[in-house]
Amino acid sequence: MIETQVHSRNIVSWAKDKPEVFVLSGDLTGSTEIAAFKSELPEQFYSLGMAEQNMLSWAGGMAREGLVPYLHTFAVFLVRRPYDQLAMSICYPNLPVKLVGFLPGIMTPGGVSHQAIEDISLMRGLPNMTVLEVGDAADIESVLDVAHAVNGPVYIRMLRGAIPRLFDEPMQLDRIRHVSEGEDVTIFSSGICTEEVIRAARVLEEHGVSITHRHVTTHKPFNDPAIADSIRAAKKAVFTVENHTVIGGLGSEVAETMAEIGAGVPLVRIGIDDTFAHGASARYLMEEHGLTARRIIEKVADHLGFRVEIPDEIDSIDVTVDVGEEQLEAL
Amino acid sequence: MSTVTQTSTGGLPATSDGGAWQKEAERVARRIRARVLELTILKNGCYLSQALSSAEVLATLYTKILKLEDLAEALPSPPFTGVPGSEHRSPSGGRFHGEQAEDRDRFLISPAHYAVAIYAALESVGRLAEGELESFNTDGSTLEMIGAEHSPGFELTTGSFGQALSQSGGIAFARHLRGDTGRTVVFMSDGELEEGQTWEGVQAAAFFKLDKLMLFVDVNGQQVDGLTKDIMNVEPINSRFEAFGWEVAVVDGHDVAAINEAVEAKERNGKPLVVLAYTDTAKGMPYLNARKPNLHYVRPKTEDDKTAFAAALAELQEEDS
Repeated sequence: MIETQVHSRNIVSWAKDKPEVFVLSGDLTGSTEIAAFKSELPEQFYSLGMAEQNMLSWAGGMAREGLVPYLHTFAVFLVRRPYDQLAMSICYPNLPVKLVGFLPGIMTPGGVSHQAIEDISLMRGLPNMTVLEVGDAADIESVLDVAHAVNGPVYIRMLRGAIPRLFDEPMQLDRIRHVSEGEDVTIFSSGICTEEVIRAARVLEEHGVSITHRHVTTHKPFNDPAIADSIRAAKKAVFTVENHTVIGGLGSEVAETMAEIGAGVPLVRIGIDDTFAHGASARYLMEEHGLTARRIIEKVADHLGFRVEIPDEIDSIDVTVDVGEEQLEAL
Repeated sequence: MSTVTQTSTGGLPATSDGGAWQKEAERVARRIRARVLELTILKNGCYLSQALSSAEVLATLYTKILKLEDLAEALPSPPFTGVPGSEHRSPSGGRFHGEQAEDRDRFLISPAHYAVAIYAALESVGRLAEGELESFNTDGSTLEMIGAEHSPGFELTTGSFGQALSQSGGIAFARHLRGDTGRTVVFMSDGELEEGQTWEGVQAAAFFKLDKLMLFVDVNGQQVDGLTKDIMNVEPINSRFEAFGWEVAVVDGHDVAAINEAVEAKERNGKPLVVLAYTDTAKGMPYLNARKPNLHYVRPKTEDDKTAFAAALAELQEEDS
């Protein structure tokens, strides 16, 4: 099931009885699905313009006065430009400022200046920071509750536009989602990659590969005991698939856990291979960086030493990276 | 003491050259509008309002103000091959501005969302080969929707706002140390004045007395969420720059003679120059006035839109021929 404007609807109903919640926009109101919030809860909405360094420190000041700011802009503009402001004005004093970053990784045709490919790495490195990522409609509908319950700063890697519904339970802090059980390989995926892995796993299973698949919604903390159990379940290899550079994100999180528990199988990290990207459609860039179901199947099969005939229809299945018209209009 | 220069030709007859360059600049401005409108129709949406507001500024820069090395012929822009640091990196988009030389100007573009207007301007002045524009915003093309330093005309990667002026300050500073006689000219949009870094760059350029640095600002008063004055006011821009130690010229950004005059009047006085070009995002296509204050990305939505867009294009093309 594909849905649209999930965050747009959710945040309005969610914030109605929370007068302490304020949405701050970095001149990307329609593009971050808060146009409805602005019109329906105008007293809880403020534009801070294109001035992210100020917006981050400003939010720190509001949080010190008991308000809970939810900052909305593209992920890249919450991470790169105001990193020092985030560290000093928000993270060090451990203030409840929630960063809602849109168009993660290569989900934008805006090119290198708009692509947050190292945001998880940077956010994980900040003490006191909690790092969340959504991959489906159920994640989006529950991520605000998770973030709000954290007594400190939270970074949310958010999705917009057409969203698949993959799960029927709310996400929970530091709890991985169990997608499938198997014994040959374990695949950890996050964000938009989970839908691709579900599709890839079906084809691989038809070729006799037994797969444990886990969807990660909390990058930090990363202490769910089920993570270690899932790694131990793999007889042949562990894979990670992420819409992020392979350095410092999901691949690194799993690598750290594998080292800590002394896991004895290889780890294969699938993601953006330590390179910047360029501007093109999301689908095109996903193919280029090996994040489509087809490329994931090839990578897994290659590692296990066999060849797979990939069915043609795998490309005809809608993978829902389209965005609504209103959002396309404002990068 | 004020350093503001108010220039306007008020429609007076052009100077001794009989207005030849003005006619050419106006032709290029019309062509920029026509080509970007054509793409807006073809691609069902484009950054049209930016092209409508900046057409005369870009046309005057490319046809009159900038001293760029000529190209032997209009250059193609082959598909993207790789990022800087990779084995097959795409060449710099700065090559469309000709060979760099100590007595030539450098032209650096800050608002990467204006990319389509830059591509259309380069085509209109014979620097970008005909036919390349049609690859705009297609997978694998270097004519990206939001340009980076492999895109035609772009020497810097500037889609994150407010960074080009500081980078250009560094370029102008190095040229100053080297004794170059050419100027370093920067084009930016008024929304970028909201970014704190802009004012750090403004401060440093004045401190280092970079009087061969010229900044053109397209003051169209428009940002994504609405009118700049309603989202995050940046006025009074002129007195802000003056207070930072810049020479300021305020011009009608659709008057090619006034735009040029602001630069001609520039003296070596240790001050960088900013030309505040006040413009209209619906210039040349008044039909779009009805969309204000939401005029950032323009898409023909209704049948009426399609008819009006086609009529506006026919009008621009007719004037051109």
